[in-house]
Amino acid sequence: MAEVRAEMVANVWKVVAAEGAEVSDGDTLVILESMKMEIPVLAEGSGTLTHLHVVEGDIVQEGDLIAVIE
Amino acid sequence: MLNSVLVANRGEIARRIIATARRLGIRAVAVYSEADKGLPFVAEADEAVLIGPPPPAESYLNAAAVLAAARQAGAAAIHPGYGFLSENPQFARQVLAEGLTWVGPPPEAIEQMGDKINARNLMARAGVPVAAGTTEPVTSADAAVAEAARIGYPVMVKAAAGGGGIGMSAVSDPAGLRAAFETARTRAMRFFGDPAILLERYIERARHVEVQILGLADGRVVALGERDCSVQRRHQKVAEETPSPGVGAALRARMLAAAVQAGAAVGYRSAGTVECLVDTATNDFVFLEMNTRLQVEHPVTELVTGIDLVEQQFRIAAGEPVTFDPDQVRPQGHALELRVYAEDPVRFLPSPGTIERWQEPAGPGVRVDAGYAAGNQVTPFYDPLLAKLCAYGPDRAQALARARDAVAVFEITGLRTNLPFHVDLLASEEFTSGDYDTSIVARLRP
Repeated sequence: MAEVRAEMVANVWKVVAAEGAEVSDGDTLVILESMKMEIPVLAEGSGTLTHLHVVEGDIVQEGDLIAVIE
Repeated sequence: MLNSVLVANRGEIARRIIATARRLGIRAVAVYSEADKGLPFVAEADEAVLIGPPPPAESYLNAAAVLAAARQAGAAAIHPGYGFLSENPQFARQVLAEGLTWVGPPPEAIEQMGDKINARNLMARAGVPVAAGTTEPVTSADAAVAEAARIGYPVMVKAAAGGGGIGMSAVSDPAGLRAAFETARTRAMRFFGDPAILLERYIERARHVEVQILGLADGRVVALGERDCSVQRRHQKVAEETPSPGVGAALRARMLAAAVQAGAAVGYRSAGTVECLVDTATNDFVFLEMNTRLQVEHPVTELVTGIDLVEQQFRIAAGEPVTFDPDQVRPQGHALELRVYAEDPVRFLPSPGTIERWQEPAGPGVRVDAGYAAGNQVTPFYDPLLAKLCAYGPDRAQALARARDAVAVFEITGLRTNLPFHVDLLASEEFTSGDYDTSIVARLRP
C-alpha cells in the first residue's frame, strides 16, 4: 500500500484519476495549484487507486493524505 | 495633483505605491482580501476596504468590487500596480466611465499591446524589429506544424493573451510542437480565457533585456535605460540588473530608440516596458512584447536615475509635467534586484507558510521593497514574491558586493525561501562575469 500526501499547502485544481482505477508509477493523479503554479501529484507505485481523499476546490495542508494505492 | 488614489493591488507593490502617494500628500486607499488583512500594505494605507474572499477572482480580479470600494472611499483615482486588473482594457474603461482618473496608459494602448500577435504586427509596421513568427492566431496542431516549417525550428509556443511565462515552451521538432501546442492551448484558455496561440523563432542563446519608457502628459515618449532580466526560472524573472552587462553603447542606443518608437506607435502614456530578446551570437535584438504597466523590477531603474516612477505616473495621470528634464536623463552607477520568493531554493516549488522571523538588510545602497513582515501568513492564493532586495553601487562590482552582504543578513524563518539560491547566483562565475543568458538558472540548478 502506498500513501500519496501533499508536499505543500495548495488548492486542488483538478482530479485526474478516478477511485478504483488501475494506475502506474508516475501517472498524474491530481493537479494542485499553489502560488500560481500547477503541481502534478504523481502515483508512487503501480496498483489500484483505492481511496481518493480530495475533490476539486479542496485546500490541502502539507502532509495531508491525497490518495491510497494498493 | 490628485487628492486620493485607490491602489487595486496587494503585497509589496501596493505598499510601494502607497508610500509614494503618502509622501506626495495623496490619500491612499488600500483594498484587500480576507487572506491579506494582516499585511503591512493594509496597515500603512490611510484607509483600507475589504473586497472579498482570498481567491483572486473574488477579490483583486473582481472589477465590480474594486469600483464599489473606490466609490465607498471617495477615491479620485485608481492605480492598478502590476498583474491582476492592470492590463485589462475593459477595467480601465470602467474606471474612466466612473469619472475616476486611471493611473496608467490609455485603454486603447493596453488593448493593442495585450494581444501579442497584434503587438508583433503593429511593431513590425512601426519599424521595430520582430522575430520570424506567425501573424495570425494558430488554431490547430497541424497548422502549427506547417507554420513552424516556414519559420524554422526551434520555435517558441506562446499564448497570445498570455504573460508570466504560463503555457510557454520551446520545441525543436514537430512531435514536441504538437504536445506543446495542446498544453499551451489548455493553459491559455484556463488562465487568460483566450485560446489564441502564436509561434515565434526561438533564439537559443539570448538575453532578456527590456527598456523602461514613460509616455509624458504632453505626448512625448522617453526611454529611461534598459534592464537585463535574463536570470529566469520557468520563464519567470528571478534577478534583474541595470545597465545590462551584455549591451554596448551602440546596441543600447538602437534599443532605446526602438522602444520610444514602440510607445509612440500606440500613443503611450504613463510607465511601460518594452521587452526584447538580444541574440548573444549576433549582438542584435528583436521586440518580444510590451507590458503596459509599472514593472515588478522598476526599482533598479529608480536607483540609477534617481527618478520615482510612481510619482511620475501620478503626475502624468494628473496632466502635469514630470519632475526631471526628459532631455537630461543620465543613469549613474549599477543596480541589481533579487526577487525573494517563498519557494524552496533547489526545485523552486512553492512554500507557503507563516513567517516567524523577518529581519531585513539595511545600509548604503540597499533598498528592500517587502510585502510581508514577521507573523504574516503567506497563502497559496497569490504569487510567491515576498520582497525585492535591491543593491546599488557606483559600478557593477560594488553593487554585487553590497548585494552579497545584504543577502547574507536577510533572515526569514518559518517557510522556505530562495535566498540560498541568490547566494549561489552571486557567487557564480557566470553571473559575476556578466556573460550570461536566459539559461543561467538551468546551469546553476541542473
